[in-house]
Amino acid sequence: MPLQDGPASSMTSPLDVNSVVKRFGNITAVNGVTLSLRTGECLGLLGPNGAGKSTLIRTIVGRVTPDSGQVTVFGSPAASPAARAALGWVPQELALYPRLTAKENLRAFGRYSGLSGAPLAKAIAWCLHWAALEDRSGELTRNLSGGMKRRLNMAAGLIHKPRVVLMDEPTVGVDPQSRNRIFEMIEVLRSEGTTIIYTTHYMEEAERLCDRVAIVDHGRIIALDTSEALVRNSFGSRNQVIARFDGPPAELAAWVARHAGRLTDSTAEFTIEHPTQIAVLLESASAAGLELVDLSLRRPNLESVFLNLTGRELRD
Amino acid sequence: MIFSIIRTALVSLRRDRAALALSFILPVAFFSIFAVIFGGRRDTVPKVSVILVDQDQSEASRQLVKALEGDGSLNVRTKPPAKTKGAEPPADYTAATAEAAVKAGDVSVALIVPRGFGDHPISFGPGENGSAIELLNDASDAIAPQVVAGLLQKAAMTAMPLVMAQQGMNYTGEYIGGFTPEQRKRMDAGLAQLRERQSGTGSAAQNPAASHGGGIIPVKTRSVVGENKNNPMISFYAAAIGVMFLLFTASGAAGALLDEAESGALDRVLSTRVTMTTLLAGKMLYNTMLAFIQLTVMFLWAWAVFKLDFFSHISGFVVMGLSTALAVAAFGILLASLCHTRAQLGAVSTLVILIMSSIGGSMFPRFLMPESMQKAGLFTINAWAIDGFTKVFWRDLPVSALWQQVSVLLAVAIGLFLIARRIARRWEYA
Repeated sequence: MPLQDGPASSMTSPLDVNSVVKRFGNITAVNGVTLSLRTGECLGLLGPNGAGKSTLIRTIVGRVTPDSGQVTVFGSPAASPAARAALGWVPQELALYPRLTAKENLRAFGRYSGLSGAPLAKAIAWCLHWAALEDRSGELTRNLSGGMKRRLNMAAGLIHKPRVVLMDEPTVGVDPQSRNRIFEMIEVLRSEGTTIIYTTHYMEEAERLCDRVAIVDHGRIIALDTSEALVRNSFGSRNQVIARFDGPPAELAAWVARHAGRLTDSTAEFTIEHPTQIAVLLESASAAGLELVDLSLRRPNLESVFLNLTGRELRD
Repeated sequence: MIFSIIRTALVSLRRDRAALALSFILPVAFFSIFAVIFGGRRDTVPKVSVILVDQDQSEASRQLVKALEGDGSLNVRTKPPAKTKGAEPPADYTAATAEAAVKAGDVSVALIVPRGFGDHPISFGPGENGSAIELLNDASDAIAPQVVAGLLQKAAMTAMPLVMAQQGMNYTGEYIGGFTPEQRKRMDAGLAQLRERQSGTGSAAQNPAASHGGGIIPVKTRSVVGENKNNPMISFYAAAIGVMFLLFTASGAAGALLDEAESGALDRVLSTRVTMTTLLAGKMLYNTMLAFIQLTVMFLWAWAVFKLDFFSHISGFVVMGLSTALAVAAFGILLASLCHTRAQLGAVSTLVILIMSSIGGSMFPRFLMPESMQKAGLFTINAWAIDGFTKVFWRDLPVSALWQQVSVLLAVAIGLFLIARRIARRWEYA
């Protein structure tokens, strides 16, 4: 399982993070992270809340100074003017001026990024179109819906047309419809060849949007590869059986433990090499006096990988 | 149930340091300031500074000057303070330099004892004040001339018994027809005794037992500053109240920085090309503009409604307005960078601004305060701003006379901004 790219790409890499460590008091938020981005790829940082994803993003964008290690953007150090110009940051918070309209917010952040005149007007028009906010451009930001604010938040980070975009959980707190709209916006960026880092604790988002996924836990990258490769490396050709039973909890727990499964409420989870093992499991359950309520067979996913690697759920 | 409600409220209050400060520190601080200014201790009652020019140099005028100098309520000056230590003492005040000093605001009152005063020091009726003492005053201080005029009469009655007795004898001789030789002899003996007593005890004003019967010294009062003003205190209060509210506005406007820090907008701004210095400078200039416009509106209102002579003082107003606006803007930025939340900023700014305004003369003129409090006021933006605006609108002084106030306010602005910039480093990098 490769945790970093080879040295050949480092000279031209849009982003290189090298052995970055950041501590806050006794807590090590980022613990020796090394990664390198390829041009035009979308890299997902997948991990539970508090894993260190946001601190890593803020380090890349120059808002957090690492205790050790380096970050370079197209060869320039983080927080240097060249790095700032190349990077676009979409923070997790709605970092907007609530009393300004959508257009005024974009204009303000465009000017802060050094744009003016026709290029600024063009960039604002592009952002409003991209975020599907053209008809709401004159609305005060505080009056926009949650999903619209999220889209404007993203647009404000892209007003200067950065080559590398860092998105920190851009779908937090939005409804499924708005989430799909955000996915469409990201697909547009991908189709234009923008390099993206996308942090999330939703494995569906990482699987759908990202070329590669880095699984982050306790400030460390514990796995980095494509989704398929991560699953394959963790589970090989094995599948997962999810079975829900009715029966005395104590007996159910003992039976699941005997078959090396994992029990959550009354749902048991087993990893099997061949589908024929299902029949064996069901016979054993019946013999133990457990009544089967529901049964499904599925391919392991990133959540399974995280569980397999850390022993914890992604949303713990 | 009620106990639980009380308990919840108490716990919340205990953890809200801003509310605690407003509840307990502010009232105590305010009470203390007012107690010092208007309260009990006699030694803190302010002395009235008065310039005395004795053109007469007669026995009567010298006795009067001596009596006034001995009065504990007055701080009598006969010559200007030496410019540098060890330099030659400057010449005594003349009528002209005394008037100039009142105009410049060095003192509120000057007394000119004219030539010929000693010939007729006491006036009993109209038409007799040809050699009346002249009292020059600054109309912005309504209290000092009253105090000085009263003390002048007291000094006359207590310090000049000999003069008064002689004058009484003269009047008796003039209007009643003179004394018999026996009466004249007894009167001369009495006067000699009085002369001996006065020379033995120094100023009779210091010896209440030496008080004799009454008499009135003729006094002509003339306002040398503000005599043509429509409303003497309008410019004072426009500046005084204006500066206080400017401070509130500036700290409120600078509080936007805290909102931006909380929402994450500050982080985003600092990830662009904008540096912390640029950001703070931008906020300070915005606050300066806001404060200047606020002052302009206030003075225009005073012009429109209260007939303040605004337009003939426009250059002085612009100079003082911009200096004051810069200082209050920097003050607001400093407060915002010191505080961590809006609530904290609200409490701290209320506490600091009200204390500054009360000491600095925004609530009542500083000349009413004890000397120590007047000196403490010099540590506030209010005092320097009010002094400057008073020079412009009250004393009609030129812009060049504002150098002291402008220098202090600009130095304050630069100093506070630099401190704020240093503190704002906490927002720059984690």
